[in-house]
Amino acid sequence: MSSDHHAHNPGFISKYVFSLDHKVIGVQYTVTSLIFLFFGFSLMMIMRWQLAYPGESIPLVGGWLGKYLVDNNGVLLPEGYNALGAMHGTIMVFLGVVPLAVGGFGNYVMPLQIGAPDMAFPKLNMASYWVYFLGGVTMLAGFFVPGGAANSGWTSYPPLADIANTVGTHPFWNGQTVWLLGMVLLITSSLLGSVNFIVTIMHLRVKGLTMFRLPFFVWAQFVTSFLLLLAFPPLEAAGVLQLMDRAFHTSFFMPEGLVVSGVVQDQFAGGGSPLLWQHLFWFLAHPEVYVLILPAIGIVGEIIANNTRRPLWGYKTLVYSVIFLGFMSFVVWAHHMFLTGMGTAMSTFFQTTTMIISIPSVVILTALLLSLWQGSIRFTVPMLFALSFLPMFAIGGLTGLPLGLSASDIQLHDTYYVIGHFHYVVAPGTIMALLGGIYFWYPKVTGRKMSTFLGHLHFWPSFVFMNTVFFPMFMVGLAGISRRLWDQTEYVQGIDVQGWVRMSSWGAWALGLAQIPFIINFFYSAFAGKKVNENPWKATTLEWAAPSPPPHGNFAEVPVAYRGPYEYSVPDAKEDFHPQHVPDSQLV
Amino acid sequence: MSSELLPHTLEAHPVTGMYNGKFGVWLFLASEVMLFGALFSAYILLRTHGDFPSHKETLLDYRFGALNTFLLITSSVTMVMAWASFKLNDPGKGKMYLWITVILSCAFLFIKIKFEYLHKIHEGITPSYSTFYGIYYCMTGLHGLHILGGVVVMLYFLTVGAGLWNKNPHQFTNRIECTGLYWHFVDLVWIFLFPVFYLL
Repeated sequence: MSSDHHAHNPGFISKYVFSLDHKVIGVQYTVTSLIFLFFGFSLMMIMRWQLAYPGESIPLVGGWLGKYLVDNNGVLLPEGYNALGAMHGTIMVFLGVVPLAVGGFGNYVMPLQIGAPDMAFPKLNMASYWVYFLGGVTMLAGFFVPGGAANSGWTSYPPLADIANTVGTHPFWNGQTVWLLGMVLLITSSLLGSVNFIVTIMHLRVKGLTMFRLPFFVWAQFVTSFLLLLAFPPLEAAGVLQLMDRAFHTSFFMPEGLVVSGVVQDQFAGGGSPLLWQHLFWFLAHPEVYVLILPAIGIVGEIIANNTRRPLWGYKTLVYSVIFLGFMSFVVWAHHMFLTGMGTAMSTFFQTTTMIISIPSVVILTALLLSLWQGSIRFTVPMLFALSFLPMFAIGGLTGLPLGLSASDIQLHDTYYVIGHFHYVVAPGTIMALLGGIYFWYPKVTGRKMSTFLGHLHFWPSFVFMNTVFFPMFMVGLAGISRRLWDQTEYVQGIDVQGWVRMSSWGAWALGLAQIPFIINFFYSAFAGKKVNENPWKATTLEWAAPSPPPHGNFAEVPVAYRGPYEYSVPDAKEDFHPQHVPDSQLV
Repeated sequence: MSSELLPHTLEAHPVTGMYNGKFGVWLFLASEVMLFGALFSAYILLRTHGDFPSHKETLLDYRFGALNTFLLITSSVTMVMAWASFKLNDPGKGKMYLWITVILSCAFLFIKIKFEYLHKIHEGITPSYSTFYGIYYCMTGLHGLHILGGVVVMLYFLTVGAGLWNKNPHQFTNRIECTGLYWHFVDLVWIFLFPVFYLL
């Protein structure tokens, strides 16, 4: 908890592997989660082949996927399709986006932005990364256990998940059980992280940095940490209960006398409730949506203020909206369950709260849009990503409204419309913002800028293909195609929309190719990028007061904050930005 | 090797009134409330939906539960005494009270395992017997793991970690205080578990 994190001349292992420095841990998180993101995306590229060309052998990789995923001809099996789908969701959310947004950006940028020498608990920070790593390895191990990986969807709904992967496999080393173990590790990791974040933000701010002088990104991380802290434990409880169901045949989620494929499930005593899982799961998973979004909104706020050379429009409004959003996210969970038969009174309540939570979301988006008004916008690469976030996140948010109303949800529930909706929020929304964040803070981490040419080569195709992938899903969903079908052309309406499905698939593969310039840029620029000073974007917040890359302990001398975070274009000033750490006397 | 402490490792922060570790433990306990809260909610839902045994039936022997409640409450008192002794600069007495706390919690675990779990399992009543026993094993088992964790931490401060007292008594006492906060929470969970499973 203390002391030796400033030890001099540490060896390679303690400097880069088991490091206690928040910056090294942040980079570890970033690189690991980017790898997981690409891996999770690759699973989807395989699934998209089966959807676009049902029953045809998968080209290139078909022969390599193993007997749990494909048959002898390299055609994706239905069980394999389900496994890829479940693992795609799990990996993207829990191993990709959250660790990147919170573990990566939060760890690296947040302590610098509050002027702290490190996180409050460096050892806890290291533990949090390694538990996450272990959780990731456990998740991936699912592909190699008998019977293959978990295939009950990323939501793991029982009774299906209670009995899945059990016949003819190892009683313990099977896909769903390994999934649960991995989940428990990942929850533990984010719990350690969130405690650390909250204490750091409350206790380690430098002198003068009051709560309302915090950069918006820090506020976003602060609220996110509370969501992680309070929403994850119920899923841990649910995971333990499902583990008990699977390993010891308790029946928390098993009703009595269930018959599956002609087999009476009498290994369970019965008396449980499948709905219990859904309540516990969504109590986590709805706040989780905001865990995915809020850090991204924070990043977009930083980039927009810096590149419009204007203060963020309505800083306090933004902060209050984020706090309200965080609070409300705990009372909307059952809008995922309108069609479970939980009753119309419950539906009405959760429909109402869902409509209320859309208000702060719209306020945030409007404030960010208004921040562009009358700005002298610099179209840098990070700014392009931030700008593309706004309309695409808006599409994601607004298409959610019909899902939040219990009447229109009857038509849309569990169709591709839902997939299109939440992917617009998380992929063209959050992931674009996170990529922008990488371009934005890369000079701080490496002391070098990423190539602008490769950045454009990355941005424009990504922007086009993100929409090519996800927009057709709305059409497919409105045609009534269910989200978990292995071969939708078995239905008449599926044949009608096959063109849209193929467009989506080709978009996904093109999107994969569009990431190549980014991968090259990411590694190449670390050695050959243009060297920059400590504040290449002419930004105001404290992280730009530290050298690039910041040394151990971050700041040469402890900075003091003299003003708010976004003092751009101050009238009659010599420079168009007033950094937080420079006293007034040195500005005039 | 210079080693400087991060701000507020020892002194309280003027706004929160806590040092880093204490604030961290309180936040951790908030998440623990959510963990056990979710399990208590699960209990309520199973009891109102499922075929739970009638509450008049005596399923668990309340005498063991009552004895264990007594042991844990006493251990909470000795935990406070340990912290107070360290605070009053009397490490000998502090260690003694810490040992008593360890012994009381081991007695709790012994009774729980030997006379309750093993006895029931011997009678063929395993977690899969009914949802009541499922949630009983699950919640008390998770609580037992928390007790075990606390014992490990206390034993650490009594053995390997005891050297910190000589180097930095203030920090050592803080750590005992954090252990105590956790310990009182674990006791509190039992105060809820006892009536829910043995009496209601």
